[in-house]
Amino acid sequence: MSLYDAMFERLRADKEGAFIPFLTLGDPDLETSFEHLCIMAENGADALELGMPFSDPVADGPTIQAATLRALGAGTTPKKALGLIRRLKDKYPELPVGLLTYANLVFAAGIEQFYQDAKAAGVDSVLVADVPLKESAPFVAAAKAASVAPVMIAPPNATDATLKAVAELSEGYVYLVSRAGVTGTETAAGKPLGHIIETLKGYNSAPVVLGFGISEPSQVKAALASGCDGAISGSATVKAAERSPHALARFVEGMKAASR
Amino acid sequence: MSHFSPYFGEFGGTYVPEILVPALDQLTEAFESALVDPSFQEELGKLLKHYAGRPTPLYEATHLSPNPLVRIFLKREDLVHGGAHKTNQVLAQGLLTQRMGKKEIIAETGAGQHGVATAMVAAMLGLKARIYMGAKDCERQQPNVYRMKLMGAEVIPVHSGSGTLKDAVNEALRDWAANYDSAHYLLGTAAGPHPFPHLVREFQRIIGKEAKAQMLEAIGRLPDAAIACVGGGSNAIGLFADFIEEKGVELIGVEPGGEGLDTGKHGAPIHLARVGILHGMKSYLMQDGEGQVEESHSISAGLDYPAVGPQHAYLAQTGRAQYVAITDDEAIEGFKALCRSEGIIPAIESSHALAYALKRAKAATKEEVLLVNLSGRGDKDLNTIMNLEAAQ
Repeated sequence: MSLYDAMFERLRADKEGAFIPFLTLGDPDLETSFEHLCIMAENGADALELGMPFSDPVADGPTIQAATLRALGAGTTPKKALGLIRRLKDKYPELPVGLLTYANLVFAAGIEQFYQDAKAAGVDSVLVADVPLKESAPFVAAAKAASVAPVMIAPPNATDATLKAVAELSEGYVYLVSRAGVTGTETAAGKPLGHIIETLKGYNSAPVVLGFGISEPSQVKAALASGCDGAISGSATVKAAERSPHALARFVEGMKAASR
Repeated sequence: MSHFSPYFGEFGGTYVPEILVPALDQLTEAFESALVDPSFQEELGKLLKHYAGRPTPLYEATHLSPNPLVRIFLKREDLVHGGAHKTNQVLAQGLLTQRMGKKEIIAETGAGQHGVATAMVAAMLGLKARIYMGAKDCERQQPNVYRMKLMGAEVIPVHSGSGTLKDAVNEALRDWAANYDSAHYLLGTAAGPHPFPHLVREFQRIIGKEAKAQMLEAIGRLPDAAIACVGGGSNAIGLFADFIEEKGVELIGVEPGGEGLDTGKHGAPIHLARVGILHGMKSYLMQDGEGQVEESHSISAGLDYPAVGPQHAYLAQTGRAQYVAITDDEAIEGFKALCRSEGIIPAIESSHALAYALKRAKAATKEEVLLVNLSGRGDKDLNTIMNLEAAQ
């Protein structure tokens, strides 16, 4: 059983949803970043979603873009980013860890090699932000060959056919995007997405986790109430980490509490 | 579904967040149905003739040619309304915006020529325009920023990254991801995700089509070489499109060599031949060993882009077209040569193509006819030239 399966099974038994915070690997530097990862693990995160810094993060808004630039400025390379995950998994072997990255970083490493390296570092899932379904075949094949879960995005404007394909291909979980646009708290999460969640589940999808614009405990509650299995919070987590380690701990704790 | 393949060999594709896929599918449908719709073609044809001023002349630059054996012909895209070839395809995409029932245009611009063309067409068609431009480019190209504003466009300076075209494209993509329902992303060059490389080529094809007929009329045969500058590659692919099947015509793309190919400060991704994925496409891309995109450099804001349209990558890989590099200094020499010899002030972009033609002509030992695409006029670049002269 994958770590994601085990996590969702445990949460279902406890009648809880998943709270998954996101941070950019290596922001603001490798050591501080590692501390931040441990703080999230210690304060209730059910899983982590971690961004591999890329020079041109077009799917991300200003907060995560700034985090990415800090990480790159501090010399974070894909290898060093994976090294952080390895350290984290040595400490918390049961914690599911997802990697969010961009196509060129995967392609530059060699698609198969990238997934093998990710697996060796302890990565459980990979989401490539700028690889849609129609380009996903080689990425999904390499992920499956390396026993890494390929995570696909279900956008709010998806057709039934898209949702069917997402349900078929996505493993670990499905990343449901709450609204149009890029990551960030500048725009709040969109309208309820009940019909999309129902459609995905009708196609036997992996658990559905809502992301984009999730910054408050009430939004975690709303996501679970609408039928999602969990929520991801990116920009708000990055902002909390920018404030202080204490703020990050309290933020994760508060968001997790809302998922119970 | 699509009439055109998203790929040119291994290059091209649709590397965008999933949320943009429906918008690209909608555009593909609108583009392909418009191509075979006589009423669309008629409307576009009228605008190209009466608004843009087509056909543009083909002019033999007899005073420019340094070698009596070599005849140099200029395709005068600098005479298109707006001052550059950009207007050709912007008119078409403006009509496609209306065809899709959208009221807003998002665009990015480097030198500002695409921005000016977009602002112009948006004003004329009654569409709102938001134009992203690198902060550094806003400075380099102030007259064009002012032109865009005069025509009612909102110009948004982009400070992130290198503050040039690459970063403006990132911002335009972000805006589009949030507003695809009401806005069309009017991409300025033959790059980006499918269907843009095909779309821009088909609407720039008119450059080569006219030039071909004009060459036949002027000298009774096709040129030995067709030469154009390549940033993203829209003017070049427009010139090349109708010559690709004419195997006797050499196709030469001129990349910006910046301070020199060995200095790392250039914008010549085809020269480096490293495949990567950026801005929706797989193509040649300037990047480090780990896949982080590198900043390009060119004295010409319009060529300052670290990637290139996927069809150019394909033409280079298959050997159908040759790509050469011209440095900043050589481009400036070409610029000055045309000003003095013919009384034409070319864009610095086009000066790269001119400089290559001059170099080739000087070395020629047999008769040769060169067709150079003069993609734009140089008024917008006067600040750059004046600053350069002040510094010397």
